[in-house]
Order: sequence, then structure tokens, then C-alpha cells
Amino acid sequence: MNKELKILGIVAAFTLLLYWGVEPFAHSQMHKHVEGHGLVYDGTADIEEASKDKKEVKKKFWSEVKEIAKLKGDATAGEATFAMCAGCHMDGAANMGGVTPPSLDHAGAIYDKNFLIALIKDPAMATNVDHKYPNGDMTHPMGSITTMVSAPQDIANVVAYLKAKKAGEVTPKEAFTEACGRCHANRYGKLTQLGEIPKTKSNIKTNQDIDRMKYDQKVATEQNALAEYLGKLPPDLSIMYRARSEHFLDTFIENPQANLKGTAMPRTGLNHEGFEKVMEYLAETGDPSAPARAMAGPWVLLFFFIFTILAYLWKQSQWRDLH
Amino acid sequence: MSSRRDFMGMALGGFTALGGIGALMAMKKTWDPLPSVKAAGFTTIDLKDAQENVLVTEKWRGKPIFVLKQSKAMVEKAKKAKEMDRLIKIGDDHFMVAVGLCTHLGCIPGYDSANESFLCACHGGMYDGTAMVTKAPPPRGLDIPPFTIDGTKLVLGEQGPEYKKMLADGTTLKV
Amino acid sequence: MAHFEKANSLNEWLDQRIGVNTLKKVMQSEYWIPKNINFLWAMGMVLAATFGILLVSGIFLLMYYQPSTDLAFDSVNYTIMTEVGYGWLWRHVHGVGASLVFLIIYIHMFTGIYYGSYKKGRELIWLSGMLLFVLFSAEAFSGYMLPWGQMSYWAGMVITNLFSGGSLHADGLVEWIRGDYVPAQAYLSRFFMLHVLLLPLAIIGAIVFHFGTLRLPHVNNQEGKEVDFAESARLWKEGTTESRRKSEVIPFSPVFLSKDVFVMGVYFILFFYLVFYHFEFAMDPVNFDPANGLSTPTHIYPEWYFLWSYEVLRPFSTDLGLIAFATAQVIFFTLPFLDRSPNVAPANRRGLFHLWFWAMLADMLVLTFMGKLPPQGIWSTIGLVAAITFFVLWIALPIITKFEKKL
Repeated sequence: MNKELKILGIVAAFTLLLYWGVEPFAHSQMHKHVEGHGLVYDGTADIEEASKDKKEVKKKFWSEVKEIAKLKGDATAGEATFAMCAGCHMDGAANMGGVTPPSLDHAGAIYDKNFLIALIKDPAMATNVDHKYPNGDMTHPMGSITTMVSAPQDIANVVAYLKAKKAGEVTPKEAFTEACGRCHANRYGKLTQLGEIPKTKSNIKTNQDIDRMKYDQKVATEQNALAEYLGKLPPDLSIMYRARSEHFLDTFIENPQANLKGTAMPRTGLNHEGFEKVMEYLAETGDPSAPARAMAGPWVLLFFFIFTILAYLWKQSQWRDLH
Repeated sequence: MSSRRDFMGMALGGFTALGGIGALMAMKKTWDPLPSVKAAGFTTIDLKDAQENVLVTEKWRGKPIFVLKQSKAMVEKAKKAKEMDRLIKIGDDHFMVAVGLCTHLGCIPGYDSANESFLCACHGGMYDGTAMVTKAPPPRGLDIPPFTIDGTKLVLGEQGPEYKKMLADGTTLKV
Repeated sequence: MAHFEKANSLNEWLDQRIGVNTLKKVMQSEYWIPKNINFLWAMGMVLAATFGILLVSGIFLLMYYQPSTDLAFDSVNYTIMTEVGYGWLWRHVHGVGASLVFLIIYIHMFTGIYYGSYKKGRELIWLSGMLLFVLFSAEAFSGYMLPWGQMSYWAGMVITNLFSGGSLHADGLVEWIRGDYVPAQAYLSRFFMLHVLLLPLAIIGAIVFHFGTLRLPHVNNQEGKEVDFAESARLWKEGTTESRRKSEVIPFSPVFLSKDVFVMGVYFILFFYLVFYHFEFAMDPVNFDPANGLSTPTHIYPEWYFLWSYEVLRPFSTDLGLIAFATAQVIFFTLPFLDRSPNVAPANRRGLFHLWFWAMLADMLVLTFMGKLPPQGIWSTIGLVAAITFFVLWIALPIITKFEKKL
């Protein structure tokens, strides 16, 4: 008996060593370690990773953002200014410069305050994709905002308005649609870049689903515009939850450049609530069996515990008189 | 052979069988129709634009569904033949709605609008404008799919009160 | 026509026709197993059970899997994981089972090596077991293609390219295997066929053969002792407590089986713990990106059970690497012939062979670790040393066993 336990110990030790080597150890060596900043947007990472000639510009930009953040915003005045934003950020908005302006219905709830300020001040800087517009001969699709809303107090007012009036309860799906869904489809969630796929029916005579074809064509046009703008079509996020670690998603969403230098993906500026809601949605479509696993797991394990105890008792009774 | 040994062996066997039943239940669930298949079991048909005596074919659960708006003359004929129970009344209009598969062996009968009757080419069965059988071999009129009335729309797959009545008085069999 | 008496029971009826009583004797009640064994002797039945689990879960996956390059990925990741009732359970069981079956195979193999259970009449047990190892490897590889993710595609690309034979440039052979210039529809369809039909059939056949090779030489025991099976069987059949204590054997069923089942129970606890709470190790994240023939993932590596032979290939130049790889695949077949010592005994009583055993185990572990790490800097050097050590150990084996003292 003692000898068997010793053998079991050796087998278990080798198995665990094997597991350690091919899983935690290998993965720790394989991936670049990226430090997260807790979804706080103060430009620290941007300034650190910026090239020498850009450092000062970035420092200045983020310190100005900090100054604006200190101003007391007037939500009522902000509502009037927001009308300028709503000209593009509206239901049924058209694609502009490659991307359709996302809905801002829950912008106050899911985006960080500093990020929103920075975004209005200079969209390319805030989203950390200024490297895409080096000479100013091409501008960010939202670039025109800098001429429309530029006074610090105006910016503070609009952000105060968003934080006060566009901050209602948000569902995981809404958070995903608003923050990610304009560029990324989620086919398991039945979402395209244009939102939810509508229910259509084929015509019984011709056996063709005209409405679906028209919709598909609209999606294709949108995707083509996105691919032109971003260099490639952003990946579908249906099961990104299982394709990347949570740490990767966390740091990547916070600052795409840190994980993928030169990527066309803009920072989305999600705060904690927004990040959690987006992750919840990614888990819903990417790992839908989690609730079922949690429910069945304990019962199956309990079954095998009892099975093993019964088997042990059977074995003892069979082997009792053998030695 | 001690009895305790047999007892433990049997206890283990019985307990394993219990787990086997659990596994079989999971397997049964795996074999069930998928949720997407079940969700596709509902079809809405808008009857607003239907024309009298023009047969419309829809699809429900992969089966053809005949929809035939009755003309005044057809309604009179149905009244005479005491087949009004087979028609669905929406507003002032009467409709014949039925699964377009011959009750004999499942072929699709063709509609002859001049004679207001259906003929199944497979074995020569015939039906009238309310899809009641008029010539054997089909044992009965075309079956009526479960429906519920929603304004001028018909939702197939849902059992409304009108359909339940048809089931109860034997106008149609359950599809 | 043979003469048949009227049978008095179902058992008798069956016995007259297919000899169930003889079968029971041969396979169970008079299939003698030495008493002096430990739980490692239960690994065979654990493997059989795992294969059964893989077969059953595979059947249910097969009901919804679509072997088409357009549909395969979503049929696995959406239909099976979202729509099919308990589809996720079959998939996780199948994935975890595929990984654990190799863990147990390796334990089973090294048990055989440690106790010398591959010689003196047991050569065919070893050879058929190695055949099973190769068949399971092919089964695992072909199954890995089916979800048609990035790892499926690029593993398919790399492994089939091995058949070009380095500077032989047998590109025609590679295209023949794939049925296309790259892994595509033809490739997926034929590997699907291999995975669900041809290889499982071969495996079932090989398992029957493996069991068959075991029946006459009997299983080995912890001391490598030559048991007088006839005398021990007589003592057991006498049936008194006294004689049974004196007997060195037990019948396979129910006595040995009861221990097997207990070991299986412990194993199943681990198995289902992994299925429900720790399945990620068996399902690589990279394979959750759909196959893309125009973009290789940053890190590609085989599943853990292939890493040691992959690492034998990696540190050398193309041709030498291929030769090393091919040799490593078959070298274990030669074990019964390279071991020149007549001793059937646990390694700890065999002098230098004891050292050889642990060195081989440690070397394969190091190769496995290095196989997954990016081939750079110190990792490459360690990998090269371990690969060379692997071959040095095999060259040393006949020499050290030749001079081994006879026990």
C-alpha cells in the first residue's frame, strides 16, 4: 500500500511538472507581457511608447486634457453643444470616411470621462492612432469635431451632458454594439457592422430572399469601406473570448498599440463598467456553455466520488483474504 | 464467496447504471431538434393582398401551405356542402388554409382554378375549394396547420382558439 | 449438423452455440493475473475506458459536425457549443479525453519499460502497443484538423510538408496527401474520413490484437518473477482461504477487475474535473481563430504529446531534422531488440539501465518543454542538447544492457 502511494506520488509529480512546463511556463515565455493601467486614461502609456519627436506633443495634449477635466461642466449648456455631435451620431447614420458613427446612447456610462474629453479635443490622439495621419493630408473621420467644439469649457460641458443624460443602464449587447459593433461583427450574436440581422423571408414563387440579399449587399458595402479605411476588415468577435486570454483583452482594449504595435484599431476608452459589459457579451457569444457547466459539474463529480468509494469497498472485499 | 462481496459488486453496478441513465438523458437531449429548427416552426402570413380564387403557396416547417381566398360563389358552394367549418374567417373574407400534402401518401396536389378543385397527380385523389376530399384514395380533406389570427395576419405554428375548435370538432387532425 | 440437447437455461443455450462458459473462463474467471502488481497495471483498462468515452462523445459530435471548409469552424464552435443539447459536454469530453489518453499511454509505456515487460515472450505486446501509439497519434492529428481553426490549418500545412522529404522535394507526394496544393476541402474531407472511420477501425483491430498478445505470456509483475501459472491456478481453484493465500495469481474477473474499477474511479474524478473546470489546456486558444491560409499565427506548436518528437526535428537542418524525426517516431519499436539483457526485472535492480530509464524520461520531458517554447537563444541550445542526448541514449542502450549482470 505504501509502495503504491509512493509510485502514485512519482507519477503525479511528473504529470504536474509536465503540465507546468507545457502550460503556465510555456505561455509565460511565449507572450510579451503588457502591463495594464486599470482602464485609466491619462496618457501615461502613450507618452512612454511615443517616438522622441512625438513625446512633447503627447505630454502637452494629455496635460491639457487634465486641465479640462478640472473644469466644472454645465450639462444644460452641453446639451446644446451636443446637437453638433448628434448630426453624425444618430440612428441610421451613414458611413463617414470608412466607419459609421456609433450611437452615443450610453456613452456616459461606458466611456471614461478623461477619454471623452481627449476624444473631442483630438480624436486621433485620444484613440492613439495619430501615427495613421502623419502629414495631415488625411484626417481622422471624426477630425472635424476639433473645429466644431474646441473651447475647453464647451468640451467640459458636452462631457458633463453625456455623463448626466447618456448614462442609463446599459445591457452587455448595447455596450458591445456601441463600443465595438461598428467595426466588428459578432455572427454568433447575429450582429453585423450594421447591427442586428433583420428577420427576412424568401419569396415563395421565386424562392429568393430579396430583403436578405439587399441587406447582405449593404453589409458588404460597409465592410468594404471599413477594410479600405483600416487596411483590413476587423475580425469577427464571436469567440474572441476563447481565442485570447482575459488579460490580453483587458490590456488590448485599454491600449491596442501596446499589444499590437501599429494596429489600425483605435482605443475605445471603455471604463470599468463598459469593459465588464463588453466582456460579458463576449462571454455570452464565445462561451455560452458556462452556466450549464457550472450547473452539471458538481453533480458529475459527486457521482464519481461516490462511484470511487463504492469501487474501493468492492475492491477491499475482493482482496481481503488474498495475502 | 462472501455475501458482502456480492453486495458491494451489485451496489457498484446499480450506482453505475444510475450514471448510465443520466448519460442516456444527455444523449437524448443531444438528439432533439435544435432550437433554431424549433424557432423556424413559426411562420407569419399576411393575407391582406390575397386575391380570390388564386392559390398562394407558403412554406411552414418545410411543408407547403396552401392559402386560397374564397370567392362569393365558392363560399356559397361551401355552405351547401356544409364545409364552412373548414374555412377561416378574417374580417369579411373566408380563407382555405391547409397543408398542401395529399392525405393519401404526401404528394402535392395541383390547383385547377377553372374548376375550383385540386387534383393529386400521384394517385388521382381530388379535393374541392375548401380542400375537402371529393375523390378517393385520400381518406380525408387536407390537414389544417395550427394557426392563430393576428389582425389580417395568420401565425402558423401557434394554436389559436379557432384552430382548437377545429381540432375539437374533428374538422382536422393534428399536424 | 452437430447434436444439440434442449437447453435448461439461457446461459446453457448460449453455451451450446457460442461457448460462453469457455469464453468466460478464457477471458475472465481463469485469466490469471499475478497478485504482485500495483495500480500501474490498471492503465490498460483505463485506456480502454478512455477510448470508449472518446468513441461515444465522438459519435454525438459526428451528428452535427460539417466537414466543409466553410462550415466546419462554425459547426463546431456555434452549432455544437450553442445549439446542440449537451454538445459542449461531448466536445469538452472529446478534447480532454484526447489529451488524457496520451498521458495514460505514456504512463503505460514507461511502466512497461521500467518493469521490462517487453521481452522474453512479451515482444508482441510491446510491438502491438507501439502500433497503437502510432495509430492514436494519427487519430489525434486527423482529429485536430476538423475544427478548421488556425492551428488545424497550420499544423496540417507543416506536418504534411514533412512528407516532402527535405531535399528529396517530393512535392508531388505532399500534394497527393492533401489532394490540393494547400490544405483545403479535399484535405479536410479525407482527414475527416480517416478520423471517423479508417483509423478508429484500425485502432479497434489493434486493441483486440494487443489483448490477444497478452493472453499467453500473461502480464508481468512488480518483481519480474516467473510465475508458475499452472500451479498457482490449481491452488486458486482449490478454493480454500489457505490455498488462495498461497496462490500467486488472481482471476481477472472479478478480483483484478475490482481494483481496475477503483483506479478508473479515481481517474474519472480527475477526468471530469478537467472537463468542467479546466478544459483550456486541451483546447488551444489559437484554434479559436478560423483557418486563414494567408496568415500564420505567431506561435505554432503541436499538442503537448507530440512536442518531444517535434523538438527532435527542430534544432537540426531540414534533412537531418527529418531523419531524426522519422527515427524518433519508430525508435521505440526497437526496444525489445536493443535491450540485450535477458533480465526481466524492475529497472532499479538493473544497474546502469536504471540510470538509462530516468535519463530517458527526463530527456523526453526536457524535449517536451523546449518543443513549445519559441526556438530562440538558450531554448534552442537546450533543445539541441536534449535531442542529441535522446539519440545517444538509444545508441548506448544495447551496450549497457549487453554488459548488464545477469540476475
